Amino acid sequence: MFEFGIVFSAILNGLTQGAVYALIALGLTLIYGVLHIINFAHGAALMMALYGVYFLQRSFGLDPYVSLVVMVPLMFAAGYAAYRWVIGRASHGKDENILLVTLGLAIVLENLALFLWKSDTRTIETGWTYKMVPIGPALLPLPKVLAFAGALAVAAVLLFFIKKSDLGRAIRACAKERQGARLVGIDVEHVFAMSFGIGLACLGAAACFLLPAYYVNPTVGNGFVLVAFTIVVLGGMGSFAGALAGGLLIGVVESLGGLWFGESLGQMGIFLIFIAVLLFRPQGLFKA
Amino acid sequence: MNKRRQFLLNTTALAASSALPLGVRAQTPIKVGVLHPVTGFLAYSGNLSRLGATMAIEDINKAGGIKSLGGARLQALLGDAQSQPQAGVAEVEKMNEAGVSAVVGAYASAICLATTQAAAKYNLPHIVDVGVADQIVERGLKNTFRFGPGYKTVTEASIAQLHVLNTVAGKPAKTVMIVHEESLFGTGTANLLSQQLPALGLEVKEVIKHANPTRDFSNIVLRIKAVNPDILIPANYYNEYALLVRTLRQQGVQPKAIYSVLGGAASSYKFVKEFADAANGVLDVNHWFNPKDKRAWALKKRVDAMPDQFFTYEVYMNYTALHLLADAIERARSAKREDILRSLESSKWSGHVMPYGPTQFVNGQNIGAAPLMMQVQKNDIKVVLPREYRESEPVFPWKA
Repeated sequence: MFEFGIVFSAILNGLTQGAVYALIALGLTLIYGVLHIINFAHGAALMMALYGVYFLQRSFGLDPYVSLVVMVPLMFAAGYAAYRWVIGRASHGKDENILLVTLGLAIVLENLALFLWKSDTRTIETGWTYKMVPIGPALLPLPKVLAFAGALAVAAVLLFFIKKSDLGRAIRACAKERQGARLVGIDVEHVFAMSFGIGLACLGAAACFLLPAYYVNPTVGNGFVLVAFTIVVLGGMGSFAGALAGGLLIGVVESLGGLWFGESLGQMGIFLIFIAVLLFRPQGLFKA
Repeated sequence: MNKRRQFLLNTTALAASSALPLGVRAQTPIKVGVLHPVTGFLAYSGNLSRLGATMAIEDINKAGGIKSLGGARLQALLGDAQSQPQAGVAEVEKMNEAGVSAVVGAYASAICLATTQAAAKYNLPHIVDVGVADQIVERGLKNTFRFGPGYKTVTEASIAQLHVLNTVAGKPAKTVMIVHEESLFGTGTANLLSQQLPALGLEVKEVIKHANPTRDFSNIVLRIKAVNPDILIPANYYNEYALLVRTLRQQGVQPKAIYSVLGGAASSYKFVKEFADAANGVLDVNHWFNPKDKRAWALKKRVDAMPDQFFTYEVYMNYTALHLLADAIERARSAKREDILRSLESSKWSGHVMPYGPTQFVNGQNIGAAPLMMQVQKNDIKVVLPREYRESEPVFPWKA
């Protein structure tokens, strides 16, 4: 049995790791909730965003958090363009086509990264990489505390935006009833592209919070995307609050599971919860 | 030149060439399979391995190719094992169809186990570049030759050297904790260490296995903190190693030594450059070139001059493996598989840059192969043991 300080630290570690999962899942749940498509390119897009943050730091000396002002709009624009001119066009109105297009995009992006930047694992060191924040008996790395705060802030902004803004209302309308939305004059294609853009913008933010504590290579996204899909189903497809709660829950379960059962077996907890939710609450923890 | 002289010249050349073996006359290139995991989670090491192999082929060809075959050139058939054994096997099948004389690769133990077996079906010589699992050379496959040491040799050397280090320092270390990745390499190394360390008076307090990739090492470090071992032994690949050492540093965990076996900071110039603070003091028993050999330093200089490349063991292990093969073909005077196999079996090659002495294969294993112990000191990697290769005195226990 571990002493309280270690269990407490493990819970906090889980929460901070879960916050990053949640950020990645927020984008995914928005794309799923509105477009009803499973974006297989989500991991590859995260990888591209991580490279973006890396090169901004290396080439222009930009701090990863300052990179937010570049990466969020850049990823939004990339997402908007990708949907408007590639995914939307190739779908021909069929969801299964979109599935294949995003899968194709993922393969293209991963291999493009491999070609351009090789398979080399890259990391960044900043002045505050080793700064620690004491919380009770636990010591948390500053980048992880900031990632936690960032995830909460992004989730709050997204929730507010979806609830209160005109575009948010249009997004919700499209998610509920595409044809109806079209009939009342909503430019559905534009709303879809905006949703895809916002989904990727979340990844831009996630990349800025993630890189100071992690690394980037062409396959880095794969490690996160499976967990993100699990969180989306767990939290309720299309639910932001669900993605946030699901991310934090998965982070804590993974962390405590790792502490008690070892890092390999610890992952089992995530999928046991996942199966339990599918059996007893298939709509997810929160309503979409 | 008049017609008579031209005729004489041509007929002389024809007569001379027809007296030579077929390979010399045609000077057809000798195809060599260069098989590595250049995509997937092992891609970084795979690409460095490929770099070493292609550099060697370039050098061999520049130096006149295989002289006993009239300067026949080596031609690389590059294969990608995609970090998966089954993909490696598929590449061996393709290489066999393409008529390669031998295969060099395939970096990871699990992949080498599968590719050597696939190559054995065709009596295709397979030089294992790194693959440290000892099962690779323990299955009686006549086509398999490993130039470098296996993990039994490396682990035994690391245990013996750790004992020397601890004894000389007055035995300050009494407890050990092992953190290893879950594949054949990490698990095998951890098992051997766990069995043998207690006999030297070092209690193994805990063994932690982790997946590839592991996204967060905070919990493992918490457990290390709770156990508070004198020595921490990590046995894992680069990405996880980097995350582990960084997290240790963040949590302020500083054992008396971080003593890696096959895969530590002290065998990676990249790690030392990127994590200078965290890397200093780390000890590692690993593949390493002979620091007393000037040719090794010349090779390092060439790799260092390439953008974003580091002189890692993947590079020089593959560089050496290709030269070993070229020497075997040279002595065999043939590119036929059975002749190369015979030539490799009797190899006494000593023209390499590794601290192994003359080559001698017993059941496919080069018995002179041995690792060295390195330590990161003042942001550089120094050989500290054994004494005959020493560049600097080891610092143990390490004080940050």
